[in-house]
Amino acid sequence: MGKKQLRRVDLIFANDDDYLQILKKSLDIPTEEIINEMINSGLKGRGGAGFPTGLKWKLTGESKGKQKYIICNADEGEPGTFKDREILTQVPYKVLTGMAVAAKVAGATKGYIYLRGEYRFLVPLLNKEIEKFHVLCKDAGLDFKVEIFLGSGAYICGEESALMESMEGKRGEPRNKPPYPTEVGYMGKPTVINNVETLAHTFTILKYGAKKFRDLGVQDSRGSKLFSVSGDTPIPGIYELELGMTVQDFVDDFSDGDCKAVQVGGASGFLVPRKRFAETNIGYQGKLTGISLPTGGSMMLFNSSRSMFNVLDNYLDFFQEESCGQCTPCRVGCQQLVKGIEAVKRGDKPASYLDKLLKLTDTMKYTAKCGLGQSVANSFQSIVENFREEMIY
Amino acid sequence: MSKMINLTINGIAVSIEQSKTVLEAAEKLNITIPVLCYHKDLCIAGNCRVCVVEQIGSQKLIPACATPVFEGMEIQTNSLVVRNSRKHIIELLLSEHNADCTKCYKNGSCELQELASEYKITNSDFIDLVPLKNYKYDDLSPSIIKDDSKCIRCQRCVRTCNEIQHLSALEVAYKGDHMKISTFAEKPMNDVVCSNCGQCIIHCPTGALVEKNYIEEVWDALGDPNKHVVVQTAPAVRVGLGEEFESKSGDRVTGKMVAALKRLGFDSVLDTDFSADLTIMEEGTELLTRLKQALVDGDKKVQLPMFTSCSPGWIKFVEHTFPEYLNNLSTCKSPQQMFGALAKTYYAQKRSIPAENIVSVSVMPCTAKKFEANRPEMRDSGYQDVDYVLTTRELAIMIKQAGIEFNNLEQDNFDKLMGNSTGAAVIFGATGGVMEAALRTAYEIVTGREVPFKNLEILPVRGIEGIKEASILIENPVDDWKFLDGVELKCAIAHGLENAHQLMTNLKNGKSEYHFVEIMACPGGCLGGGGQPIPTSPEIRKKRMEAIYAEDGAMPLRKSHENPEIVQIYKEFLDKPLGHKSHKLLHTHYTPRERY
Repeated sequence: MGKKQLRRVDLIFANDDDYLQILKKSLDIPTEEIINEMINSGLKGRGGAGFPTGLKWKLTGESKGKQKYIICNADEGEPGTFKDREILTQVPYKVLTGMAVAAKVAGATKGYIYLRGEYRFLVPLLNKEIEKFHVLCKDAGLDFKVEIFLGSGAYICGEESALMESMEGKRGEPRNKPPYPTEVGYMGKPTVINNVETLAHTFTILKYGAKKFRDLGVQDSRGSKLFSVSGDTPIPGIYELELGMTVQDFVDDFSDGDCKAVQVGGASGFLVPRKRFAETNIGYQGKLTGISLPTGGSMMLFNSSRSMFNVLDNYLDFFQEESCGQCTPCRVGCQQLVKGIEAVKRGDKPASYLDKLLKLTDTMKYTAKCGLGQSVANSFQSIVENFREEMIY
Repeated sequence: MSKMINLTINGIAVSIEQSKTVLEAAEKLNITIPVLCYHKDLCIAGNCRVCVVEQIGSQKLIPACATPVFEGMEIQTNSLVVRNSRKHIIELLLSEHNADCTKCYKNGSCELQELASEYKITNSDFIDLVPLKNYKYDDLSPSIIKDDSKCIRCQRCVRTCNEIQHLSALEVAYKGDHMKISTFAEKPMNDVVCSNCGQCIIHCPTGALVEKNYIEEVWDALGDPNKHVVVQTAPAVRVGLGEEFESKSGDRVTGKMVAALKRLGFDSVLDTDFSADLTIMEEGTELLTRLKQALVDGDKKVQLPMFTSCSPGWIKFVEHTFPEYLNNLSTCKSPQQMFGALAKTYYAQKRSIPAENIVSVSVMPCTAKKFEANRPEMRDSGYQDVDYVLTTRELAIMIKQAGIEFNNLEQDNFDKLMGNSTGAAVIFGATGGVMEAALRTAYEIVTGREVPFKNLEILPVRGIEGIKEASILIENPVDDWKFLDGVELKCAIAHGLENAHQLMTNLKNGKSEYHFVEIMACPGGCLGGGGQPIPTSPEIRKKRMEAIYAEDGAMPLRKSHENPEIVQIYKEFLDKPLGHKSHKLLHTHYTPRERY
C-alpha cells in the first residue's frame, strides 16, 4: 500500500498474570525511585488535562497530613469515550496496582474508585477483584483499602473537585483552585486523583520500566494511549495507539474514505477539518510545527453526510444541560450559544451574530470556573470557524 | 504576625498578609473590583465571575475574591480582556434576569442594576432568556417574597441560610439551564423550615428576595379619619435607620425618627422599649419562679434552662428543629406582641378609644415579626394585636415618599403612655442585651442590691462572640429568695441560628448546663436583623452595637423595674408580673412543627 500504518500497541489489555509479583516488587522499591520512574516515563494524565502523573504523586506525598486519599476517577462521561469501562472490565488489577503504589508513595491508606453511575453493572465484578486485592495488599504488608463510590450521572462530577464534593455528599460543583487536590482534596485532605487509564499505564511502567514507555510517542507526548473510535468508521472500537500521530494518519486507518472532519477529545475537544488533518498531531504539547491536541481519547469521525450545525447544536445542548450551573459564563453562556446558533440558522439573527458568540466563547474560556465551561470554546470555535457556511445556510 | 506577600496591582506595589486574597489587596490600594457573589459575612463562592482580573503569566483570568495572593504576583484589574469579559458576564446575567427595573422593589438599591449602569450595558443583543424560563413568584409567606425571575444564582442566600442560620431552607436545585435556588420540594416559603429571619433578604444583591411590604396598608390606615394609628419602634431601628439617609452606620437617630413618625401622621408615637421593660418584669419573674419550683419545690415538670422568646425567628427555629424544648421557652410574648396586646386593651381604655378603631403598627428590624404578628395566638386583645409590621427599610421608604428631609428634622420625644423606657430596654437590640437587662432587674429583686458591675455594664454578656457564657454568684439574698443563696446562676447567649444550633446541640448532649439562655436569630442580635438597612457586614453591625450601648449609657434610667410607666401599668392594670391579666395578655404558647 505504501501508506504509513499506525503503530498499534498492546500493553494495557495484555493479560499479565504476574501482577502479584509486580505489586510486591513495586512496594519494595523506595518511594523516591518510584517517583523518578514515573516522572522519567513522561506519563501524563490520560483524562485529557495531561498533568504529569509522577509530579502529582510527589506533591501529594509532600503535602502535610495524616490522612490522605487515592481516588481513581472512573466517571467516564465525555461523549464518545468508552475506554475506561473496558479497562475496568478486562484488567482491573492493573488499576488497583497503580492505586496501591500511589498509596505507598503518597502515604495514603484509603482509596476510592469513583464509578460512573451508568457502570453500576461493573460493581460485582470490581468488588470481587477488590476483595482479592485486599488480601494481596495484606500479604505484601500494605495497609490500603479500596472502596467503590457510585456516581449519580452528572457529567460535571468527572471534574476532579466536583467529584470530591459529590463524594462528600454535597452538590457536584467544582471548587475554586488553588488549592489543588494534592494539598486539599477529598474531605480537605491531600488526595491523588488519577484517571483509570493513567493508573493502568503506571502498571506498564512498573512492570517494564520507564524506558519502554518513554520509547513510545514523541517529545512531550510519551507512551501509548487508548482511543475510543466512533462515528463514520467501518471499524469502531477501542485502540491503543502511540501518541504523536497526525490526524491524517489516523483518518487513513479508520475512516470510511469520506471523512470531512474529526472531533478529537469529545464534546469538550476540538474539531479538526480535512484541510488540517496533516498538520495536526495527537498529543500534549506542540511539536515544532503544527498543532497538537490533547485528548481524553475520543475520536469521532464525520463524513460528508453530516451537518456540522447539528453536531455543534448537539454538543451545546449537552453542555447547557450538564453545566453545574454555578458560574455565570458557563451556565448562561451555554444557553446563549445554543439559542444563538439556532437563531442564526433560523435567520432571526444575522450571520455576524456568530462573531459575537465567538467572542463570548473567549470570555467563557478565560473566566469559567472549571474545565467544562472553559472548554466549550474548543468545539464551538473550531466548528464555527471551519464550517461557518453550515451554521448559516 | 503572618508573613507579608508583595505583589503589584495595576503596577502599584502592595504588601499584604499571606492567605489574603487579590480582592483584599486591591481594597488596600483603594482599587474597586466589582463583586456580586462575594459577601463579607459569607464563605467564598467565586461563582458570579464579575470580579475576574488578569494575572500576568496566566492564560485564564482569575477571580479576585477567591484567589490568594502570592509573592511577585502581577495583577491587572482594568485591562481590555478584563473589561470585555466583565461586560460579557454582566450581559449574561441580565439575559437571565427579569430586568423590569422601574417596577422592581429594589429599584435603586440593586447591585446588578448598579453594575449594569456602571458598565453602560445599553446595547446588549444577547437573547432574552426570561420568556423561556418557568420562573416562580412566591408571595405566600407573610415575611418574604421570593421572585425567581430576579435571581442571579449567586447563592448568597443559600450560603446565608446554611452558614449563618443552619436551616438550609434555601438550596440549589437542578443543574445547567434549569439550575435555580429553591426550597424543599419547591414548596412555598411559608411551608418550609424557613425562620422568616430575612437574612437572605439583606444578603441578596437583587430583588429576588425582598420583604413583603405593608407600606400601602399603613398609608391607608393613616389616611382613614376613623382610625387611631399607633406606632411602636423597636430598639434596633433607631441605630440603623440613619443609614438609609446616608448617615454613618452607628448614628443614633431616635429623636429624628420620632419626629418623622409624627410627620407621617401617626396618632401616637410609642416605644417597643416600654414593652421590653415589661418583658423583663415578666420574664425575670418567670425565671425566678422556675428556679424556685425546680430548686425548692423539686418540681420535675419545670424545664431549665429557660430560653428567651423575644426573637420570632428563633421561636420558629425551635419549633421546627428542637420541638422537644418548647417547654423551655419563656411563655412571655415578644415585646412587639406585648405592646400589641396592650395597645388594644390598656391603651384603648386609658385613651377612651374603641379598640376596633385602633390600628397598631410596629417598626421592626425584623421580617420574622411580620410572621409573628400573623400567628393565630397573637389575638389576645380580641383583635389582631399588631396589624402591620414595617421593617426599618419600609419606614425609610415612607419617610422618603412623604418628602420629609430626615437629616434636617428637629429631634422629638416619644408620646406618653407606653412611650417611656429605660436603658435596659434599648439594649434588647444587641446580642446579650436581654440577658443583661434581665440580670440588672432579677439580681436586684433577689439581693436588694444592684448588679456588681461598674455603671451596670455587664461586660461578660456583651460583644460579638457567637456563643457567650457567663455566671453570676448570688450572695446574701433577701428573705424571699434565701434558697438562692450561694447559687451560681449560669447563663449563655447565642446569636445567629448556626450558633444557636451549636448551643442547643451541646445542651442536648449534656455537654453544658445553664439556668438561663438568651438566643437571637440574627447575627449581632436585632441590630443585624433581616429588616435592617442593606448592606450589612461585621463592621456595620459593630458600629450599630456601639450605638446601642451608647444609647443605654445616655438614658437617665437603666433598670426596667424603675420605669415609672411600668410601675404605673402594674398598679392600674396588670396587678403583678405573671398575674391573671399578664397571663392572658402577655404570655403565649408554641407549636411543634415538622422539619419537612
